[in-house]
Amino acid sequence: MSTEATPGVSAARASMQQAMKENLREYGLVLALVAIMVFFQVMTNGILFLPVNLTNIVLQNSYIIVMALGMLLVIVAGHIDLSVGAVAGFIGAVAAILMVDYGMNPLLAGFLCIAAGAVIGGIQGYFIAFMKIPSFIVTLAGMLVFKGLLLNVLSGRSVGPFPPLFQLLSAGFIPDVIGPLRLVAPTLNAAGAPIPNTGIVLHSTTMVIGILIVLAMLYFALKSRRDRESHGYDAEPFAFFVIKNLVMAGILLFLMYKFASFKGLPNVLVVMGILIALFVFITKRMTFGRRIYAMGGNVKAAALSGIHTERLTFYIFVIMGMLAALAGLIYSARLNMATPKAGAGLELDVIAAVFVGGASALGGVGQVTGAVIGAFIMGIMNNGMGVMGINIDWQQVIKGMVLLGAVVFDVYNKNKA
Amino acid sequence: MNDIILEMRDITKTFPGVKALENVNLKVRRGDIHAICGENGAGKSTLMKVLSGVYPYGSYEGETHYEGKECRFNGIHDSEKVGIVIIHQELALVPLLSIGENIFLGNEQATNGVINWNTVRRRSSELLRKVGLREDPDTLVTNIGTGKQQLVEIAKALSKEVKLLILDEPTASLSEKDSDALLDLLLEFKAQGMTSIMISHKLNEIQRIADQITVIRDGQSIETMDKADITEDRIVTSMVGRSIENRYPSRTPKIGETIFEVKNWSVYHPLHPERQVIKNINLNVRKGEVVGIAGLMGAGRTEFAMSVFGKTYGTNISGEVFLHGKRADTSTVGKAVAGGLAYATEDRKVYGLNLIDHIKHNVTIANLPGVSRSGVIDDMAELKVANEYRKKTNIRSSSVYQIAGNLSGGNQQKVVLSKWLFANPDMLILDEPTRGIDVGAKYEIYTIINKLADEGKGILVISSEMPELLGICDRIYVLNEGRIVGELASHEASQEKIMRAIVRGTAREEQLERAAS
Repeated sequence: MSTEATPGVSAARASMQQAMKENLREYGLVLALVAIMVFFQVMTNGILFLPVNLTNIVLQNSYIIVMALGMLLVIVAGHIDLSVGAVAGFIGAVAAILMVDYGMNPLLAGFLCIAAGAVIGGIQGYFIAFMKIPSFIVTLAGMLVFKGLLLNVLSGRSVGPFPPLFQLLSAGFIPDVIGPLRLVAPTLNAAGAPIPNTGIVLHSTTMVIGILIVLAMLYFALKSRRDRESHGYDAEPFAFFVIKNLVMAGILLFLMYKFASFKGLPNVLVVMGILIALFVFITKRMTFGRRIYAMGGNVKAAALSGIHTERLTFYIFVIMGMLAALAGLIYSARLNMATPKAGAGLELDVIAAVFVGGASALGGVGQVTGAVIGAFIMGIMNNGMGVMGINIDWQQVIKGMVLLGAVVFDVYNKNKA
Repeated sequence: MNDIILEMRDITKTFPGVKALENVNLKVRRGDIHAICGENGAGKSTLMKVLSGVYPYGSYEGETHYEGKECRFNGIHDSEKVGIVIIHQELALVPLLSIGENIFLGNEQATNGVINWNTVRRRSSELLRKVGLREDPDTLVTNIGTGKQQLVEIAKALSKEVKLLILDEPTASLSEKDSDALLDLLLEFKAQGMTSIMISHKLNEIQRIADQITVIRDGQSIETMDKADITEDRIVTSMVGRSIENRYPSRTPKIGETIFEVKNWSVYHPLHPERQVIKNINLNVRKGEVVGIAGLMGAGRTEFAMSVFGKTYGTNISGEVFLHGKRADTSTVGKAVAGGLAYATEDRKVYGLNLIDHIKHNVTIANLPGVSRSGVIDDMAELKVANEYRKKTNIRSSSVYQIAGNLSGGNQQKVVLSKWLFANPDMLILDEPTRGIDVGAKYEIYTIINKLADEGKGILVISSEMPELLGICDRIYVLNEGRIVGELASHEASQEKIMRAIVRGTAREEQLERAAS
């Protein structure tokens, strides 16, 4: 054949315009999130960005996000899990019974609960992966089963309160080991005593952690850019790279500052942050994650490429079960009791978050960051509309339309490209 | 008789970043069979999509005149209304509906939305008779073979009062016998005055039935020739832009010791466990040797390969596999790959590629450990590997980040080959490695095969095209009804001898069955 030009190594540098276009799609979600935040910031007369409210949003959505991480794997693999809400509720009840009724050590109980989640995920995963029963059916059955078991173990009562150590999971903040930093002295009243809620005292540890994270982020971004360049592969224009990273760093620092001016980082945010980072790493850099995408894209081709598709599916559901259990712990710790209605309907919020975040219902497509942002978009809408005093009925309607709109936008974008 | 039924003038169609068609001209005479040929990715299918309205008027430049009038189709419905019907390469039948239901899909024989099943049956029987298919219209499409399904598609086209029938590679997945029947049918339609346009790669078919040929290359119409001027060489020359003196690159075989051996291999059908699909096969491949497996469709070639490769086909598999003279466990794909075996599938879209992911991820997926350390992928190493193989197998794409589904067939095949080359096997089984790809890309694939053999790998090629096997193999096994019925060295092999082995094998098989019953 006529010889074609050399492959894309050191090919034409991506133009500024092209980089904008590609990144606009990639960061479209971030922009949507920012737009929604600004919108509600205005509509709620500035309540949304109050440090206490931001902290609240994190607490309210933590268990959704934890489960969305697992759900992303499930959906990318081409499956669905309808049982996560019921499993979370059930595990919360088990935790309550172990800690409150039997007085078990919270750490041991927590560990047992997550192990139980793994077993539950494993059982469902066994039917899905090895018996080839559609995940929709298996997990629908699982939802009914665990809803029933939840009612059964609680036999109608609510169990609580939890030991203080366990409550820290959802209600605690990281200790300020460095010590508070007084930025603005509080106003004093006539008697010379400080008026509450005036002045700014920063949680220094939170601020330091925030700065370290931003530095690490910038370091890795620069390193990967250098790597590409030194191997002769094209990178995005430098100006664009700088602006993009500065904006991201700015947003992160802003949020950290907000947390620092309240009580610091909530414990659950730390747990979440570590999990998010872990799952980004798994999906982007690990062979395990790559194989999930390959399987979701074409399961037959994946199997013929030597991927143990059945085992992989099984593990995905085990992971989902563990995350559902962790979410159940966070949820019950937040309520400080286990109730018979716990977890009901959570699975739909989780699935919605993943789809708003750009995952494809056909499998093979989806990002962890997308799912997290999707969860925050839904969470902030909940919070914002709540603060605005919009009725729950209209909240549901609006959320439904946002879900549909997000997916329509995605499909439209894909067809255009 | 020689009036023009269809004329397309200066058709230009641009996709973002690519000019798929550039000033293409096409004139089709009434009552002709007009063949369009060109390499994969040359723009044939795009042209047909412009013609049939899949790409609506306004999304391309140029004019289409049909029956003397300018056409501005906005969709398939518009083109079907005037009698232009296209049958796509991938059949558009619903497997779990009956033949009759499929024929009238979208054109149901109904009054006020209530289907009149008697009309459906009567009319579909008529149509089936016209296309020479003896099947009950109530039979589910999934229960008939690909050849018959193709006929159902044609019956469906006939039900729409077709005047201009367009067939996109109608024989690509048919056996020789079914292809012949189909070509005869087209000739019959021609005798009845229908005009057809046929896209095809198979030069012998074109020579047999076409009245005129238009060759398209790189999105441009190169030339249109009449039947009298058609020669294989001329078609090939204008398709690739230069003459290919030899369609098979030459090679001096350096054959070493036996690298791969299968002994007493037997396999039963996965759904009908009483049916033996592979019957006691023994074969071997030596280092640096290219060995072919010839046989008709359904002879069990793919079934044999897949049962060896990780037991991905069949039940109750027995027999032994030897790699490098040692007994090898190939009971899972992972073990087979680890043992140095690779199998490149005949159906790259279904079994070979993740079509929604890009080239880079497809190339490395069978050997992720090769670009990772303790489960963590080294991005740069992966990129390097992908670029290396892209260059090595000459994949034509904008970069390794191009989505596999957007590549032409030949380039997709090269991605599949790259994937297996990166897994670094000693022994490759290539199942129909050149199916549905153009002459130029075929040559490139043969070159790759030769290079692999020269590197000392063993290669087993399964192909339905006998000239191809004769052109590239050192030795050919003939497989028929699950049994090896002949083994020929390349210098003594010929199409005739292979066919004779098959026929003789079938006769013997019948004898055996008679004896058994």
